[in-house]
Amino acid sequence: MLSVFSDFASWLVYSIAGLHPDSKSAQSLHFFIEDTTKIFALLIVMIYLIALLRASLNIENVRNYLAKKHRGVGYFLGSIFGAITPFCSCSSIPVFLGFTSAGIPVGITMAFLLTSPLINEVAVLLLLSLVGWEITAIYVFTGMVVGIIGGLFLDTIHAERWLQPFALKAYQNAATNATLDDSVRPALSLKERHLFAKQELTDIFLRVWKWVIIGVGLGAALHGFVPDDWLQNNLGQNQWWSVPSAVLVGIPLYSNATGIIPVMESLITKGLPLGTTMAFCMSTVAASFPEFILLKQVMQWKLLATVFVMLLFAFTVVGWILNFIPLT
Amino acid sequence: MKDIKVLGSGCAKCVKTAELIQTIADEKNISIQLSKETSPEVIMNFGVMSTPAVVVDNQVVHSGSIPDKAKIESWITG
Repeated sequence: MLSVFSDFASWLVYSIAGLHPDSKSAQSLHFFIEDTTKIFALLIVMIYLIALLRASLNIENVRNYLAKKHRGVGYFLGSIFGAITPFCSCSSIPVFLGFTSAGIPVGITMAFLLTSPLINEVAVLLLLSLVGWEITAIYVFTGMVVGIIGGLFLDTIHAERWLQPFALKAYQNAATNATLDDSVRPALSLKERHLFAKQELTDIFLRVWKWVIIGVGLGAALHGFVPDDWLQNNLGQNQWWSVPSAVLVGIPLYSNATGIIPVMESLITKGLPLGTTMAFCMSTVAASFPEFILLKQVMQWKLLATVFVMLLFAFTVVGWILNFIPLT
Repeated sequence: MKDIKVLGSGCAKCVKTAELIQTIADEKNISIQLSKETSPEVIMNFGVMSTPAVVVDNQVVHSGSIPDKAKIESWITG
């Protein structure tokens, strides 16, 4: 079904523009047109459909649900909800405080916040259509494991010690006045769901379209101009340092999952080992300075640095493991 | 005079929300006391998790999106 986009690109590039199929620029252009048209079409259809389904899921309900759960399952659930709950990254501070002041442990809150940028419906959708279900499953699994283990680790070292004083106070007070208003909302009508989905579609699309163009543009450049064996020979499995380097390179690069996945596709088809690719992409998406500076409002430097180092370490280990397990 | 606060840590939607409220108040020739609140602590104390949120006379009336025009009118005139 998806081959229609490839045919469309071929028609445009080879027939209309008259470029020779063997030339590098034609290949890059073909890749670019095929992927952007495919991604945009999929985004529009899928964001709308998924939003229809989850119109009744909101962050307040998630918080109230998590607050009542046992710690043991909390990390797992926090990570799952991080993946499926929609929220704009500009809301991470209010969300963090909302969770904390409801008495949810810092580790569970962080499992939520760490998983959130890595996994969302747009990312999963792009992965499925660009790199297949096996890699998608590995990506989702890895993202959740990083969130869950990260959360467990933070609670083990009692990370709440290093919250900003007002946040710590809110966390401690939560135990005494644990009354969450369970605002029961009336069930949504189909029309309300449609309106919500339309709004979501506009919001998400306006936010991600430029990332898709940039991501696919980079992917296309890689695809057409980097020689096939170059990555494999220079950054292949035998160079252990390539994983930590990929993680470090990913830090200053800032992108969201939508932008990085087309690049990921190119890197994998060019023969970069899966672990290295995954480490690079996750570092780009989840470890970004702008977001971390925001978290400074609720965390002391010590905690901020701990979370940062923990993430870099986690991505490196994930990369190594994936590189050394023969998956295919 | 209504005291209206827009809560949010400076995201684009929060700025838009505040502008929209001011525009509508101007159109209706109603003077309001409009301010933007960016402190995480204050936002937390209002119990708000999705921004932009709107507080009218210390009561949270809206959160999570840019409010529509009819809603804003009802806050200003109500």
